[in-house]
Amino acid sequence: MNFDLTMPAQLTSALGPDLLLMGGAMLLLLFAGWRPESDEHQRTVGILSMALCIFTMVAVGYYAYAGYTASVGVIAVDNFRWATDEILLIATLGTIAMSLDYNVREGITPGETHVLLLLATSGMMILAAARDLIIVFLGIELMSIAVYVLVGVNRRTERSAEGAIKYFLLGAFSTAFLLYGIALVYGATGATNFVEIRANIVRFSLEHNGLLLVGIALILVGFGFKIAAAPFHMWAPDAYEGAPTPITAYMAAAVKGAAFAALFRLWLEAFPTLLYIWHEAVWWLAAITMVVGNLVALAQRNIKRLLAYSSIAHAGYILVAIVVGTSLGSAAFMFYLFAYTIATLGAFAVVVALGRPGEDNMNIEDYAGLWSVRPGLAVAMAVFMLALLGFPIFGGIGFFAKWYVLQAALQAPFPQTRLAVLLVITSVVSAGYYLYVVMVMFMKPRTSAVVPARPSGWTRAVVWASAAIILIFGLFPDAIVALTQRSEPSVNTQPASPARGHVAMQSH
Amino acid sequence: MEPHYPLFYVFHFYLFGVIALASAVVFVTRKSPVAAALWLVNTMFSLAALYVMLDAQFIGVMQVLVYAGAIMVVFLFVVMLLNLGHPSALADARGLGWRLAAGLVGLGLLSEIMIIIRAKLPQQLIVPRDFNEQQLEKLNAVGMVAAPLFRDYLLAFELTSVLLLVAIAGAVILGRGRTVRAR
Repeated sequence: MNFDLTMPAQLTSALGPDLLLMGGAMLLLLFAGWRPESDEHQRTVGILSMALCIFTMVAVGYYAYAGYTASVGVIAVDNFRWATDEILLIATLGTIAMSLDYNVREGITPGETHVLLLLATSGMMILAAARDLIIVFLGIELMSIAVYVLVGVNRRTERSAEGAIKYFLLGAFSTAFLLYGIALVYGATGATNFVEIRANIVRFSLEHNGLLLVGIALILVGFGFKIAAAPFHMWAPDAYEGAPTPITAYMAAAVKGAAFAALFRLWLEAFPTLLYIWHEAVWWLAAITMVVGNLVALAQRNIKRLLAYSSIAHAGYILVAIVVGTSLGSAAFMFYLFAYTIATLGAFAVVVALGRPGEDNMNIEDYAGLWSVRPGLAVAMAVFMLALLGFPIFGGIGFFAKWYVLQAALQAPFPQTRLAVLLVITSVVSAGYYLYVVMVMFMKPRTSAVVPARPSGWTRAVVWASAAIILIFGLFPDAIVALTQRSEPSVNTQPASPARGHVAMQSH
Repeated sequence: MEPHYPLFYVFHFYLFGVIALASAVVFVTRKSPVAAALWLVNTMFSLAALYVMLDAQFIGVMQVLVYAGAIMVVFLFVVMLLNLGHPSALADARGLGWRLAAGLVGLGLLSEIMIIIRAKLPQQLIVPRDFNEQQLEKLNAVGMVAAPLFRDYLLAFELTSVLLLVAIAGAVILGRGRTVRAR
């Protein structure tokens, strides 16, 4: 079926899964406020939220299976959107499962925290679908405002408040950049729709228009903050450390993934003809992010901060896939997003499982000798670390994710040999901190006499499900690869003027 | 070719422009937050007047209602509730480094505005001078606002309501004061 997006009824059908999640979340919001706060009620709301997530995943799967398409309009109906949606919903599901018992342990009683997660996810799904700058902006705000609240929800700790305020202020700052950029692009092209922007750039030959170029630069800065790419990453470690651990996992996996998806679609659908201009900027952004993220991560001794810097480094790797552009890049992008999301969720689930009330037990040294007391968790954490590192076999899909990004970089129309080399070098550097965690767990003697309590069923489920996905699909990656290869944005993404782009590319 | 504007128009353009700039300078140099906020109101009003002169009456009205009205009231509420009104109680937290950084950002924005002014807009996008009158005849005053809002940008309009719901729910959760159980 081909949706005509100018008709409100068909626009509503095209937004089916998004509306299901939003409507369900609103009903759950009513239900959450219906009874007094208690740990039991919080768990009930959480389990219902997980059920809603699964329903939405089924709906997304049905839409993808039915092969719906749409006319050019405010939203896109294509496999890129469905693939991103599924990854985001998996991340949300894992986050809620982790927070069920975490919230009890930390004394966070409102069930509304789960509902806010769902509403943030609906904003992300809008972001994955958006084909209009106004919708992109609203999706980002819907996602960000819910997450600002979630970061600061544990008001007992000062760190949480500090992280929330920093995140909020810098988030608002970056939104201002984004909005300014959107306004300038609209001023130059007279359109907010991606496809119209692209057409108008060619029609009015705006390739060297100052207004448009400044607008694109500001949009890139705004997105740079959201995906925590260096040098716009300063807020990330503090916000990640201060947030409740499940929310940190959510920020590292889903928030980043959704912003990347929107950036990818915007770049490839609206500005493919300006490839030779934004390409250079994104190239440098990717290079600096990989170097800074990995080098600073080496010095971290707090596991949450270490994972925060690791997520900055991974933003750099994903940017490499964006630099590649084309459908090759989009397949590598989607595969990487999937592998990174699963590995990040699993790693944070282990952190949640080993945490103690009051966000204690967060130093890497606290994990010393974990192998002797909780061998299962130690092995799982080793798998996640190796997956994030991109180690063959034991790192499962993490290895293939990096492999496909490298392949895409080398086979691109303009091969990105230098970026590929930089990616490999920085990955080797990252072994310094990923393997350090593994070494501490397996080889250092246990320092404290306290044996960590057996983690709760939900957290264990997230740990083992993530580890199983990483290892099983690591042995049989073809299924995922086939899916990702069909998940490119529906608008033709080939650069319109490769000859000019090629000249600019020679400088690298 | 530069269109010719009547002297009356030019006079008011410069008048409101100067008021807006002067108020903005006074706004950033005040030590008392209340005085600064009130000068900001002045800037907002002058900007609204400039919008009206550009035939953007709706944006002008919104500027007064939203910025000069609602947002400034919230500013003043926060300042007074937190009792930040006494300038002596506020140590000047802005060191030299911050001032230099702010100056650099300001210079960056200025150079960016210079680039924008030099940029040539495609002629096809510039609306004819009697565009507003034509639209007014075709759609009348309500239709000019309603048609884009409820037809072209319907999804954006609806998403904004979800956004507001999330903001309210979040504010209630954070403001309820017992988000965490006493241990």
